[in-house]
Amino acid sequence: MSLSESLRSVTSGARSVSRLGEALAKQSRSVRWSFGAICILALYLLPWWPNVPVLGWIVETPGTSFPSVLTDQVVIFVLVALGLNVVVGLAGLLDLGYVGFYAVGAYTVAILSSQHANLPWLLCMPIAVLVSMLAGVILGTPTLRLRGDYLAIVTLGFGEIIRITANNMHWLGDSRGISNIATPPSIGPLKFGVLDAKPYYFLGFTTILIVIFLLRRLENSRVGRSWNAIREDEDAAELMGVDTFKFKLWAFAIGAAIGGLAGSLYAGKVQFINPNNFPLQLSILFLAAVVLGGAGNMWGAVVGGALVAWMPERFRGFADKRVFVFGVALVLVMVFRPQGLIPRKIRKERWLESWKPSSGTALGSKE
Amino acid sequence: MRDWLIYRTFWDLTVTGVALGSIYALVALGYTLVYGVLRLINFAHSEIFMIGTFASLITATNVLGLPMLEAGDYPYRTGFQLVLILLACLLGSMVLSGAGAVALERAAYRPLRGSGDQFGAIVLAFVTAFVVGLVFFDTPKSNLIFGIIGTGPIAWMYLNIFRRGRQAPRLAFLISAIGASTAITEAVAIWGPRDREQYQTPRVLEKKTLFQLFGTDIRIDYVIVIIGALLMMTALLLFVNRTRLGRGVRAVAQDVETAKILGVNVDFVILITFLLGGVMAGGAAMMFTLVYDQSKFNIGFLLGVKSFTAAVLGGIGNLKGALLGGIVLGLAENYGSALFGGEWKDVIAFVLLLVVLMFRPTGLLGESLAKARV
Repeated sequence: MSLSESLRSVTSGARSVSRLGEALAKQSRSVRWSFGAICILALYLLPWWPNVPVLGWIVETPGTSFPSVLTDQVVIFVLVALGLNVVVGLAGLLDLGYVGFYAVGAYTVAILSSQHANLPWLLCMPIAVLVSMLAGVILGTPTLRLRGDYLAIVTLGFGEIIRITANNMHWLGDSRGISNIATPPSIGPLKFGVLDAKPYYFLGFTTILIVIFLLRRLENSRVGRSWNAIREDEDAAELMGVDTFKFKLWAFAIGAAIGGLAGSLYAGKVQFINPNNFPLQLSILFLAAVVLGGAGNMWGAVVGGALVAWMPERFRGFADKRVFVFGVALVLVMVFRPQGLIPRKIRKERWLESWKPSSGTALGSKE
Repeated sequence: MRDWLIYRTFWDLTVTGVALGSIYALVALGYTLVYGVLRLINFAHSEIFMIGTFASLITATNVLGLPMLEAGDYPYRTGFQLVLILLACLLGSMVLSGAGAVALERAAYRPLRGSGDQFGAIVLAFVTAFVVGLVFFDTPKSNLIFGIIGTGPIAWMYLNIFRRGRQAPRLAFLISAIGASTAITEAVAIWGPRDREQYQTPRVLEKKTLFQLFGTDIRIDYVIVIIGALLMMTALLLFVNRTRLGRGVRAVAQDVETAKILGVNVDFVILITFLLGGVMAGGAAMMFTLVYDQSKFNIGFLLGVKSFTAAVLGGIGNLKGALLGGIVLGLAENYGSALFGGEWKDVIAFVLLLVVLMFRPTGLLGESLAKARV
């Protein structure tokens, strides 16, 4: 019974987290800020957590170095989940090929810093973000006029096309991939090398904080409200004067840009990429991260991304059975907590209906 | 461009393309049926196909006791016995795939609709206990025993949770499907006798040339695949269009509330829909092993994605569209690989889909399971 109990404890933990959030919202501004600062400081010190007595036993990753799990998996998954949450959670567009944008970001850095030029990473990164944003616009322009489920399969195809193209074109390093990718420049004591993963973690975590800050601003702006409206009822939004196509394209482009950012961080860390780093299954894991955490809720995306990345490494004891356990866990969480671990609070009930097609179907038989 | 290749082998490509397309079409039917009724992309349908290929393998080797044979050595070249063996394999695939699809529906989807039942609770409880057992035990046997013992109390607990009858958002179904798909694939990869290696299926059918058409050898397995697919599809069309249950399927696809008011048992109709899709996938799986003589734990994934592409290409929810989409996709892939090289095969499939959707946003034939123009 212990798994279901632990499942329940996880969900009740999520509930108490959200209760904590409510309690905090009542406190004064200074209390909130200092609480936030302590949390951020604690998270910056995350690479040292395995040395703390009880906490260490919980977070440690047997068999792999914890800092490199943080940089190669957790940071990347959290960033990607944040980006995909814009597309899936906020705008309500089902994207199954998100790994494509991630790959575009990584490959842009790889090409510009190693394969065909020698630009520094710091210059490649913004270019990579722009290129993946452009890829989002190029893919979005014809496809965003399609209905939701078609979008899913078309984006899925896009992810595959990117991977196969990288695999087949000599210009993109074909199946051997690209090595010697530039690392971020060293700043003072932070040396970005092969030996120490911690500087990459600091860089990645800072990036996540910046992205969260920007997304929060965006969510509360006119754009965010438009996304809300589109997700709840696209026709109504259109009638109310929201330029749905434009805002859907924006969601797609912003999501793609964050995916590209994650890709460029990844390329800068591992310094070697090949098409096998970007399988279709990764897209599915990304989507699982968003939905597991709670689609539409940024904190849910962060928690979901971190869990999906960290859990398989934590439970190395299962060895080759961990993917199986992961699949079972996905089903169980969806059956017993379908809104995700940290569901969105605002108009939660409406979110239920938002995926329902206009005429009633068996999925929407609640009315 | 290697257009000389396509001239020389055009009819060859056409025949293999249509045969491959028929398999796509049969699998696509499963996607299209479930989508038509539930508006759900049944992501785990590809694993139902995979189960079918293994069912065919098990029927041939373990049940019928056929030896693994070298190429060119066939004990039953012709005759009644061969037909019986093929039919037995087909039956095995269909039964196991159909059962798998039904179990999937009741365990992974039905609880999300807020009408979870004992069967789903027991399956989920067993899987839960089994996973917990993995922490303590190392051998599959003790895991299994632990799983069976743990099933009872956990199932009771799950049933109590099911009674609340909570509806899940639509995305949750997709994630549950992805989870189920991952779990099934990995279970075969972990506990199958050959792990992640490829399995050879017994070469039951000698692939001899039946006749020549436009200077191309038409092999017997391709003929069986094409005719078999057509037969199964006709049977399905007749079932959906002519029978009482089929009318129920169409009614639920059209408007679930009204169907419920008019006395259609919605949960049963959904079950039937999954069963039909599973049986079609089982047939496709048996024909797949007939042509390619192999199976693997992840054989369903790419084929499933392609079949779903075929369903969308023809117009998802449209049964005839699935046939058309499958064959168009199979042909396009074959011609395309001859033109641009085999490594671009998958790209061609998706680019074709993009182009078609740009000009016909609801697929080639449009969506119509609901509109009774099946």
